[in-house]
Amino acid sequence: MSASDEQLPGIWLGTSALVKRDLALVIKRPGDMLNPLFFFAMVATLFPLAVGPAAEQLQFSGPGVLWVAALLATLLSLNSLFLGDFEDGSLEQLLVSPVPLSALALGKSIAHWLTSGLPLVLVSPLVALTYQMSLAVTGVLMLTLLLGTISLSLLGSIGAALTVGLHRGTALLSLLILPLAMPVLIFGARTVSLVAAGDGVAGGLYFLAAYAMLMISISPFATAAALRISNE
Amino acid sequence: MWKFLHKLASPPHFYRIAENMLPWFAFPGLLLVGYGVYAGLFLAPPDYQQGDAFRIIYVHVPAAYLSMMAYMIMAISAGIGLIWRMKLAHAVSAAAAPLGAWFTFLALATGSIWGRPMWGTWWEWGDPRLTSELVLLFLYLGYMALRNAIEDTTKADRASAVLALVGAVNVPIIHFSVEWWSSLHQGPTLVKKGGPAMDTAMLYPLLAMIFGFTLLFGALLLRRVRTEVLYRERRKRWVRDMILASTGGSK
Repeated sequence: MSASDEQLPGIWLGTSALVKRDLALVIKRPGDMLNPLFFFAMVATLFPLAVGPAAEQLQFSGPGVLWVAALLATLLSLNSLFLGDFEDGSLEQLLVSPVPLSALALGKSIAHWLTSGLPLVLVSPLVALTYQMSLAVTGVLMLTLLLGTISLSLLGSIGAALTVGLHRGTALLSLLILPLAMPVLIFGARTVSLVAAGDGVAGGLYFLAAYAMLMISISPFATAAALRISNE
Repeated sequence: MWKFLHKLASPPHFYRIAENMLPWFAFPGLLLVGYGVYAGLFLAPPDYQQGDAFRIIYVHVPAAYLSMMAYMIMAISAGIGLIWRMKLAHAVSAAAAPLGAWFTFLALATGSIWGRPMWGTWWEWGDPRLTSELVLLFLYLGYMALRNAIEDTTKADRASAVLALVGAVNVPIIHFSVEWWSSLHQGPTLVKKGGPAMDTAMLYPLLAMIFGFTLLFGALLLRRVRTEVLYRERRKRWVRDMILASTGGSK
């Protein structure tokens, strides 16, 4: 890093500082990261209790159930994406900072994915085990969750930015994001079902990767625009 | 041309022009829908496979087409409003959303009624277009919910415009990802190579209904935008002057 980079806070410097700060905050308050994970595990527990413990049924509905649980857990963690920053005023500092807001928005999404999507991916094999999934299916489940949660974090940050500071934000955020998240859910869950039935998975994974790319290119700008509008 | 558009964008001018334009949409629309209903119910022959049940397409097809058209209008005018900060464009998207939601609901309801005798079920999750139409309804509901949650009109306009644009990018993706499932829905009959696969006695009423519905949608939209403009400009001078003039009172 050259001297001029330190004098003029660059895009990289500002964004990585924001990511580090968000990670440090989560380490200080691990509940923010753990609660959605517990929620994920609990929703996954509810289904066998509700529909019965037959192994074939669990194997059949497992991919869908785990994907819905992951989607809901991600939504739960999205509520607080900008809330803390909004309440203590650091969001306004982000808005007036010389670093482009879209880069900072991307930083927020990266930090969110590292603390919500990635842990979900790492926890999912444990839950998949209880659903009697084979090793290959579990691997594909982890891959789809890896690609899918990137899209969900990015897509969700737009919704979180639009609803930050609103009273009825929680229910509203779900209403805004769930319809948009449907392609991710369909391709995520169906790809896992396909591999469980012995079919190829490349198509579904390519779609999830392409959708993640699309979200990476759209979401930072839409989130930045939404943050400016919400804080006018 | 530009001058005319510029004039159109100013609320008082739009309010007056829309009043004059309204009958040009409403009366031909009513005429076409009247002909379409009569011809569709009485003149068109029953389908050789579906019997009389096919007649619901005379409502279903125009409603489904307008549900998507309304979203496009909503998203495009939201974009115009966001980029050029045109107030009238925001009023158009605010007015188009409930109309679009109702047409979506109508398409879903008629589709479901048609599904009962044809598929033997009111609802079929395996049908991609029914499912993507339902997602479209949720998109409308989310848009309207966001609008309702924000008190300040300008802020609501701009926030919901961002949502409408993000939604517009996603609508085709949702449509095709839902279509990944095997389809039970009728294949396209109207827009396909070698002309429509339909008897003219069935086709003309359908075309009349499509154009009639579109014109009526235009009339309803104009009326709603006028109301929206009036409400938004309620503290402006031209509104006060207009009301005073119409009641014959003086300042």
